[in-house]
Amino acid sequence: MNINELTAHEILRKIKAKETTAEEVHKACVARIEAVDKDVNAFVRLSDDAPDIKSHKGLPVPIGIKDNMCMRGVETTCASHILEGFKSPYDATVITKLKDSGAVLLGNCNMDEFAFGSSSESSYFGPVKNPWNLDCVPGGSSGGSTASVAANEAIWAIGSDTGGSIRQPASFCGVVGLKPTYGRVSRYGLIAFASSLDQIGPITKDVEDNALLLNILAGHDPMDSTSVNLPVPDYTKALERDVKGLTIGVPKEYFIDGMDPEVEAAVKETIEVLKKQGATFKEISLPHTEYAVATYYIVATAEASSNLARFDGVQYGLRVHPKETRKSKLIDMYEETRAVGFGDEAKRRIMLGTYALSSGYYDAYYLKGLKVRSLIKNDFDQAFKECDAIIGPTSPTTAFKAGEKTADPLSMYLSDIFTISANLAGIPGISLPCGFSKAGLPIGLQVMAKAFDEEMIFRIAYNYEQSQEWHKKRASL
Amino acid sequence: MISEDDVKKVAALSRIHLTEEEIPQFTKNLESILTYIEKLNELDVADVEPTSHVVPLENVHREDVVKPLLSQKEALSIAVEKQDGGFKVPKVIE
Repeated sequence: MNINELTAHEILRKIKAKETTAEEVHKACVARIEAVDKDVNAFVRLSDDAPDIKSHKGLPVPIGIKDNMCMRGVETTCASHILEGFKSPYDATVITKLKDSGAVLLGNCNMDEFAFGSSSESSYFGPVKNPWNLDCVPGGSSGGSTASVAANEAIWAIGSDTGGSIRQPASFCGVVGLKPTYGRVSRYGLIAFASSLDQIGPITKDVEDNALLLNILAGHDPMDSTSVNLPVPDYTKALERDVKGLTIGVPKEYFIDGMDPEVEAAVKETIEVLKKQGATFKEISLPHTEYAVATYYIVATAEASSNLARFDGVQYGLRVHPKETRKSKLIDMYEETRAVGFGDEAKRRIMLGTYALSSGYYDAYYLKGLKVRSLIKNDFDQAFKECDAIIGPTSPTTAFKAGEKTADPLSMYLSDIFTISANLAGIPGISLPCGFSKAGLPIGLQVMAKAFDEEMIFRIAYNYEQSQEWHKKRASL
Repeated sequence: MISEDDVKKVAALSRIHLTEEEIPQFTKNLESILTYIEKLNELDVADVEPTSHVVPLENVHREDVVKPLLSQKEALSIAVEKQDGGFKVPKVIE
């Protein structure tokens, strides 16, 4: 196995044993990017300075950063034309934490524009491809981050998840992706999509790396007033515990008509494995699951329409003046900059959110959305009275073909049907590989737990993973 | 349901210029999404409290002490156009 195909914990062990060096690992990743990224398109830009890796103390692991997290002095664009040329004057808190940990930042990972999408096809810099099959999408919106890990370009990566944008692409790319509890990781310097839903999380080759990376990212931050001031446990300690005596809920609403039978079979097989390890299973109900996508597309677009109002050509990024005068010089500049700078999906979501918040429609859409959000959250509160964790598929299908859903936005939205609820309820969820389809595409298992109980998720995920071989498979690219 | 006039109005509120060709296309897209959202009308939510945020937040204050911030030079380093230490925009009052 090449060194860039190893996990971070394996690499760190080898560095300690003097079997390799941080420079060698970095070199292997850069060579891999040069060899395959013209096909995968996981990166929109690479760090241009050769890092002085000898000075990196701690965990000098090469990492991919989603293009919506600010890095001082580096162009950060959310894969959008409208942020062209924007070089952040400050570091996001997660970037500061990574730099302090000794991380080697490889570059900005491709994504759906402003994280609006489930296939990473709406990027201004062209679509990302799935390393397991270049004709398929990697999922989205953190598809560049998950593809960079699956293609062995980055050892690990970070993404953001507003409705499944870490978990669904992790599922499609056969890697491990965690959306932490809302408030667990600081959002300072994450370019906001929907502020009450967004959360940054780790994307890795196995569960142990995921716990290790969350150790670096998690914690209270005075710069983010929504980050929660609770102690951060050592998440790797959760891996030492077995699953005996745990009760795991299986929501009947997560096995639906039209679901890929191979996905259903693989998820049901994981239940048998965990039963043998001593866990008890129980059918539960999350009765408002079928309303989650509709609720999400009100709440998330309303927040997005407000957050994206700042991109207007006044301060930074793109500024475009139309040839003719329409309204006034300033208004024309706003409207033309946004017309040229945003792609179609961004325009759709901004307009949908503006509509849901506008006078006369607020009660019918936005307020109703917030009320149904309460019902969805209550479903989970009730469910966790009878179980320690919830298990199900991450997405109803494996990776779909490129171009298959771009013409029909609604069909794209429905690929997040099982992931959106966790964001609305604020709870953590992970996706990890639990099999492969006959066509050779990865299948993802989702494990969710109560708010701030990431340890429960890691415990179950690790016990399952270690009894299988899925996490050892690498895409042959 | 949403009309082309509604879409023109919402585009203006959103500060996005749409071409004549784009208006029917976005109307169709938004209509299909709004039709799907109508699904929520199946639920009676008259007595349900809204959730705007999942973390029970109280006002978060910081101590009133001076700390280093971005300098004017650093803040203006990202400006599209600048003049006299400020961001320059098109003339607002004609």
